[in-house]
Amino acid sequence: MSAFTAIGEDREIDQNEFTPGIEPQATWCPGCGDFSVLKALKQAMPEVGRTPDEVLLCTGIGCSGKLNSYFESYGFHTIHGRSLPVARAAKLANPGVEVIAAGGDGDGYGIGGNHFMHTARENHDMTYIVFNNEIFGLTKGQTSPTSPKGHKSKTQPSGSAKDPIRPLSLALASGASYVARTAAVNPNQAADILAEAIEHDGFAHVDFLTQCPTWNKDARQYVPYVDVQQSDDFEFDVTDRQEAGEMMYEVESKLYEGEVLTGRFYKNDRPSYGEEKRATGEMPEEPLAERYFDEDAQWERAADELIEKHT
Amino acid sequence: MTDQELIWRIAGGSGDGIDSTSRNFAKALMRSGLDVFTHRHYPSRIRGGHTYVEVRAASEEVRSRGDGYNVLLALGDSFARNPQEDAYYGKEELKPLTENFDDLREGGVIIYDEGLIDEEQAEEVGLHEKAEENGWYVYPVNLRAIAKEHGREVMRNNAGIGVMSTLLDFDTSYYEEIIGEVFNEEIAEANRTVIRDGAGTAEEFDEHPDLQMPTAEEHDEEQALVSGSDAIAYGSLDAGCRFISGYPMTPWTDVFTIMSQNLPKFGGISEQVEDEIAAASLALGASHAGVKAMSGSSGGGFALMSEPLGLAEMTETPVVLVEAMRAGPSTGMPTKPEQADLEHVLYTSQGDSTRVVLAPGNHEECYEQIRTAFEIAYDYQIPTVLIYDQKLQGELRNINVSFFDREPDGDPGSVLTEDEIEEAAHHNSGKFQRFNYDRDKEVSPRTVPGQKGGRYLATGNEHNESGHISEDPTNRVLQMDSRLGKFEYIREELDEKGNQTHYGPDEAQYGIMTWGSHQDTVFEAVDRLNEAGHSVKALGVSDMMPYPAEEVTAFLESVEECLVVEMNATGQFRGLTQKELGRFGPKLSSLLKYNGNPFEPAEIVEGFETSINGEELGDTTMKYVPAAGD
Repeated sequence: MSAFTAIGEDREIDQNEFTPGIEPQATWCPGCGDFSVLKALKQAMPEVGRTPDEVLLCTGIGCSGKLNSYFESYGFHTIHGRSLPVARAAKLANPGVEVIAAGGDGDGYGIGGNHFMHTARENHDMTYIVFNNEIFGLTKGQTSPTSPKGHKSKTQPSGSAKDPIRPLSLALASGASYVARTAAVNPNQAADILAEAIEHDGFAHVDFLTQCPTWNKDARQYVPYVDVQQSDDFEFDVTDRQEAGEMMYEVESKLYEGEVLTGRFYKNDRPSYGEEKRATGEMPEEPLAERYFDEDAQWERAADELIEKHT
Repeated sequence: MTDQELIWRIAGGSGDGIDSTSRNFAKALMRSGLDVFTHRHYPSRIRGGHTYVEVRAASEEVRSRGDGYNVLLALGDSFARNPQEDAYYGKEELKPLTENFDDLREGGVIIYDEGLIDEEQAEEVGLHEKAEENGWYVYPVNLRAIAKEHGREVMRNNAGIGVMSTLLDFDTSYYEEIIGEVFNEEIAEANRTVIRDGAGTAEEFDEHPDLQMPTAEEHDEEQALVSGSDAIAYGSLDAGCRFISGYPMTPWTDVFTIMSQNLPKFGGISEQVEDEIAAASLALGASHAGVKAMSGSSGGGFALMSEPLGLAEMTETPVVLVEAMRAGPSTGMPTKPEQADLEHVLYTSQGDSTRVVLAPGNHEECYEQIRTAFEIAYDYQIPTVLIYDQKLQGELRNINVSFFDREPDGDPGSVLTEDEIEEAAHHNSGKFQRFNYDRDKEVSPRTVPGQKGGRYLATGNEHNESGHISEDPTNRVLQMDSRLGKFEYIREELDEKGNQTHYGPDEAQYGIMTWGSHQDTVFEAVDRLNEAGHSVKALGVSDMMPYPAEEVTAFLESVEECLVVEMNATGQFRGLTQKELGRFGPKLSSLLKYNGNPFEPAEIVEGFETSINGEELGDTTMKYVPAAGD
C-alpha cells in the first residue's frame, strides 16, 4: 500500500479547500493581477482532480512567491529564482505528486533564467506559471527582463537600453512542450489554460500577464486582449514548431505595441523527462520516495555490490 | 617508517597511463601482502604536463605518504610542448626527470625511457652529476621501442615494470594477474610480452641497486584498495542515499562519478544539472519529498551553493553536502590539495550558521562520517557538510574488506507516517504544525508531499508553527532557539560516535593537533618523535561544527604546548579552536603549508622540533607561526 494515500484519491473536490484557514486573504495591492492567478489556480484544481495534500507548489521570491501563503497545499517557498530545481527534484523523487512552480518575470526570466532554460529542456512533467508584470514590484518598481525598451525606473533613469526578453520563444527554443500566455483580465481562459498545463505530461510554461497597479501604473491593464484560438485573424498549428515560433515572435512584439495576444502557442507530446530517464534505466519504476516508507524494503549494500573490484 | 619500504614514483605526462599503471601496481603489491598508500600529483590538463603517482609499500602498516621516494620510473611526457627559448614552461619532456630530482633519496633508482628522454639531454640537466653526488643508480632503457615492438606505445609503462622486476627482484606474477583482469586476452598477452622483454633487456645491467622490494606474507584477511572518494560514495549508499545532484568540478567530480555509476544499480537517481545552485536545490527538493539526498562540489561550486544551504537551514530540510577542497582562492590550483575552505564551509550563507560540519581524517573515517552525516541530517533536520580535500579524495589505501560489512540504513529520519500525522498537532484550519514549539531534542517531525493531512509550508522566510511567514518577535526567538538548540543534542550524539582520534602516550608533554586529511601523517610523525626521545601525543579533530570543546580543552590542558598542523596559509583551524575555546592562545603554534604538496612526516618532525626549540624553520616550503605572546 502506498505511504501517500492523498495521491490519486478519488473524491469530490471543492476549490475552497485550496483557501488556507491561516491566511485566507491575500495581501497583494488592490487591483493586482496576482489575485487572478490565485483564483484561476484554485478553479483549475477540481478540474484536474487534485486535492491539497497531493499538490506541491514551489515558488520563488517576490509578490508571486506569496502565492504559497494563500494557496492551501504542500508548499516550498524557496529562494529567488530557484523554484524550478527544487520542484523538479521533488517530481523525480515522487512522480505521483502534482508539482507546480511559480515565480515572477525577474525570478524566472532573470535570476532563474538558467534553470528555466534547463528545466524546459529536460521536459519535466510539471507546470511553471510566470507572473509577468514587466516590473520588479516587491522591491518597488525597478526595470525587469520583460520591461519594454526605454522603460524608465529608479535604476534605469535614462530608460532601459535593452530589448525585453522573449519568454515564449525562449521556452520553445529550450524545449518546453506546452507554451501558453494568459492574462489576469481573462479569468476563464486562465483557469482553462492552467488546467490544460497541469494535465499536460511534460514541461508546461504559462506566461501569465499580471498588471501591477502600484509600480507599473503606466503599463496597460492587458485589455483588450485577444485569444488567438478564438480569433479569425490568426491561423496557425500549435503542434507545428515553426508556425508556433513565428506566432510567438509576433505575440511578443505586439505586446509592446499595445496588442495583448493570448492563448496556446505550442503543444508537443514528446516523452517527459521521467519517462526518458526510466527508459534508460536511470530512474526506478516505483516512486523513489515510497521506498523510505516501506518497512520491507531491501536496501542494497556497498559490500555486496562494489567491493570485489577493489580486491 | 621502515628501512624496508618502497616508495615508487611513476612520472610522465597526463595521458601516459600513469594513473592506471600505478593503480595496478599498488593493487599487485597489496595482493602480495604489502600495505600500500598512494599519492597523486597532476596538472589541470588533459594531455601532457608533469604528472606523478607515488606508491608507498611496506610489510608494516602504511598510512601516509612517506618522505621523498626511492625508485623513479620516468616515462617522459609524450604530450610535451615544443620547447622554446623564452617559454616559461621549459623542456616539458624532461620534467619527469628534472621535477623529481629533489625528492629522490640517497641510493635511489632511476629508470628512464630513453625513447623519449634523450641521453644527451639528460646529461645537460645534470642527471649523472647528481647521480654521482647522491649515489643513485641510473638505468636508461628504450621502453618506447620495446612497447612498440610488441604492442602499442602506451605499453611502455609495462616495459618499465619489466625492467624493475629484474633490477629490484620484483615478482611480477600478481601484476600480470591484474593485467589479465583489466584487459582482454590479446592486449593482456601483448603487455605480458612487453614486461618480459623489459625484464630481459635489464639483464644487460651488471650493477644492481642495494634496494630490494619489500616482501610480506599474505594479509590475514582480504584487502580492498580504495580511495577517499570510494569510501565517501560507499558510505553514502549504505546510509540509504539514493539521490545525488551535481555539476562537475575537480576534485569533487570523483564522488559524483562513483555515485552516478552505481545509483541506477541501487535503485536511485543521479542528476547532472546546469550549475551548483541547481545541484544543491535539487538535493533539497528530493529530500523535501522524502528521499535521502546529497550534493556537493569544490570551492567555487560550493560558493554557489551558499544560498540553498541557508534555505536548508531555515526550512530545516535535511541534506548532506560534500565539499572537496582544492587550493584557492578562486580557481586556484584545481588539482592540488589545500585545507583552506574551512571558514568558507562553516560560515558561508547569510544569517547565523546552523549546519553540522565533519572533516574525516582518513579513508575509514570518510565512510563512517558520511554515514554519521546522513544520520544527523535526517534525524535532526539540519544540513550536514562533509569537508575533505584533493589529497584524501585520490589517495589509494588498502583496508580490510570486512570493514565494509555493515548494515544499510534506509531510515528516513524524523518523518511521520500517515497514521502518526493523524495524531500530530494541526492548526485549526487543518494545516500540519511542521515547526511546532513543543519539541523533543528541538526536532519537530516533518511530513512529505502526498501524505494525507501533512500539508505545510516550507519557506526561507521566518515562519510560524505551520510554516507561514511571520515576523512576530516572540515566534522569531522561539524558532531561532529551536534551530540552534539542536547543537546541544547533536554534540552529545557526536561524542558517542567518538570522531576525534587520539594518538600517542596519554601523559605526553607536548601535543600536535590537526584536522582532516593529514591526521595519519601526523601520527606517523608522532611515532618518530617519541622514538627519538620526545614526549608527544596527537589529536585529529573531525567535528568542526559543533566543535568538540570539552574534548579539545582536556587535550590542551594536558600538554605544555601544542602545534597545530594544517594545509592553509592563515591557520584557520587554529583560529576556530581559539574562537570556540576563548583561551589557549599562548599554547598554540601553527605549522602551515600551502604550496600544493601535502606534508611529509619528516616535515612535521622538523616543524615540531622548531616549535619546541623556539627556532626558525630552515629552508622549507612550510611556514611556522609561533604562539601568541611568544
